[in-house]
Amino acid sequence: MSGRAVPAVEARGVGVTLGGRPVLTDVTLSAAPGQWLAVIGPNGAGKSTLLRAVAGLVPREGEVLVEGTAVDDLRPRRRARLIAYAPQSPALPPDMSVYDYALLGRTPYIAYLGSESARDREVTRSVLERLDLDGFASRPLGHLSGGERQRVVLARALVQQAPVLLLDEPTTALDLGHQQQVLELVDRLRLADDLTVVTTLHDLSLAAQYADALVLLAAGRAVAAGPPARVLAEPLLTEHFGARVRVEPGPEGRPVVHLVRPPVSSATEKA
Amino acid sequence: MTPARPRGRALLVASAVLVASLALGLMAGAAGISPRAIALALLDRLPLVSVHSGLAPVEEGLLFQLRVPRVLLAAVVGGLLATAGAGYQGVFRNPLADPYLLGAAAGAGLTVTLVVVFIGGDAGVGAVPIAAFAGSVGGVFLAYALGHTAGRGGGTATLVLAGVAVTSFLTAVQTFVQQLKVDELQRIYSWILGDVGGGWDQLRMIAPYAVVSTVVMLLHGRLLDVLSVGDEEAVSLGLRAARVRFVVLLAASLATASAVAVSGLIAFVGIVVPHVVRRLAGWSYRIVLPLSFLGGAAFLVLADTIARTVLAPAELPIGVVTAFVGAPFFVTVLRVTRRVET
Repeated sequence: MSGRAVPAVEARGVGVTLGGRPVLTDVTLSAAPGQWLAVIGPNGAGKSTLLRAVAGLVPREGEVLVEGTAVDDLRPRRRARLIAYAPQSPALPPDMSVYDYALLGRTPYIAYLGSESARDREVTRSVLERLDLDGFASRPLGHLSGGERQRVVLARALVQQAPVLLLDEPTTALDLGHQQQVLELVDRLRLADDLTVVTTLHDLSLAAQYADALVLLAAGRAVAAGPPARVLAEPLLTEHFGARVRVEPGPEGRPVVHLVRPPVSSATEKA
Repeated sequence: MTPARPRGRALLVASAVLVASLALGLMAGAAGISPRAIALALLDRLPLVSVHSGLAPVEEGLLFQLRVPRVLLAAVVGGLLATAGAGYQGVFRNPLADPYLLGAAAGAGLTVTLVVVFIGGDAGVGAVPIAAFAGSVGGVFLAYALGHTAGRGGGTATLVLAGVAVTSFLTAVQTFVQQLKVDELQRIYSWILGDVGGGWDQLRMIAPYAVVSTVVMLLHGRLLDVLSVGDEEAVSLGLRAARVRFVVLLAASLATASAVAVSGLIAFVGIVVPHVVRRLAGWSYRIVLPLSFLGGAAFLVLADTIARTVLAPAELPIGVVTAFVGAPFFVTVLRVTRRVET
């Protein structure tokens, strides 16, 4: 375990302005190799933008380093071999097969006018197998359920074989069981391949259960960072989410966040 | 999955269809030259082969100075329009994008009208292809520049909207100019309706542009497939998405301009052929682009054959045939493939 001192992914002083409005201001984050970092925060705090900024998809200020190398100095294909990104709602052409979609993950390894090598196909096949998707290989993307879709997107990201995985709300639109399945899968892959995972997650209890560290984003600034037990503090959540919550210690010291209804007063009854 | 064999088979079938339509196009005509004589005459032209076709010199001249260049020009124009259509559809991720949506037709229409009206005469006729070429490139460039400055980052919708705006504007100018000189209307309209009777000269003229633009588009099939998951994901996969779109856009516009320069405005090919191909052979641009070229070529050769035989000795404008035959065919393909899919 050499090189643990260098973070797998690090962002320093990241600022993003979209349409003249500052969306992120001076955000710093860091994830050690093999760590799972979750970005949490209220709607509109800039969680997705932060992920896109790290992935190099929006113009930004500041620096992003992967394994100590500034990604701005890298050619796009080189960068794509270090950072894989799965958006919240990926475009899935309905007629494209699962295999062909996953194979797109090999793009960073194929020369501009080249075509896929036998190795590219081999990597794609083995990833589909690992994710129990080999039976789905020739199925069109339009015929998949929500959980299957999420796994296919994950497969495409894994085929990229990047040490850093950025997942934007990987559990959106999934029911309870499928949320758990997808996150368990991500965790298994992370441990097996020593991947560094950065996700946005809107469900605080889920974030606390899976992530090693949290970054709380509010109004485009990182207002708290650290282990879940420290970031998920009632006063912080009340202040930034505008919610009444109760935080309870859960299994393995990972906190659980409950919403608490405000006491019914005569005033609100009338309103 | 896109294993090599079905792709190869599809290309083989499409090539066979194209060869058959070329043969049909060569045989059709008033002079009544026998298929056997045509085959022998063609064989005779091959190096190291010498056979006697039994054709009279007049018939031989008719075959090689009129029919052969005509079917070849029809094939090239059809192939260019269909491939350009597929290319635009890939660039804009919009199955309705076509060579004419982006101001190419309107631009060419305007410059040709200007030439016919203000230069006129034989000099004007000679300048028509050049004017059409410049006009269609200019139209697309205008739409692209407008879409690029109007929408930050040049989104797909803004570009298409810009194309619509440029088209309306240029068409209005063109109508204004043509009304200045009503006695030239006939000539302007016969160009607009399109024909492929330009002969060897025009074929030679567009050959270099046709080859370059087609090859560039065919080489970008895989990259257009990557773009089909959206610009942002394509960029996250290490693709310079903006550059790929620009290169394909340029090549498709060059192809369109070459076709328009020698054939006038032949609608429908660029949008229908790629659509039919996609229905029959799948989504991947690696197969859609080459099949569109072959299919577009075959389609236009057949359309031209119909155009010059159905009212013989009079000729129907080819644009009328492409719409008249193409539309019902298109609807049939849509209906049949839908039934298969579900």
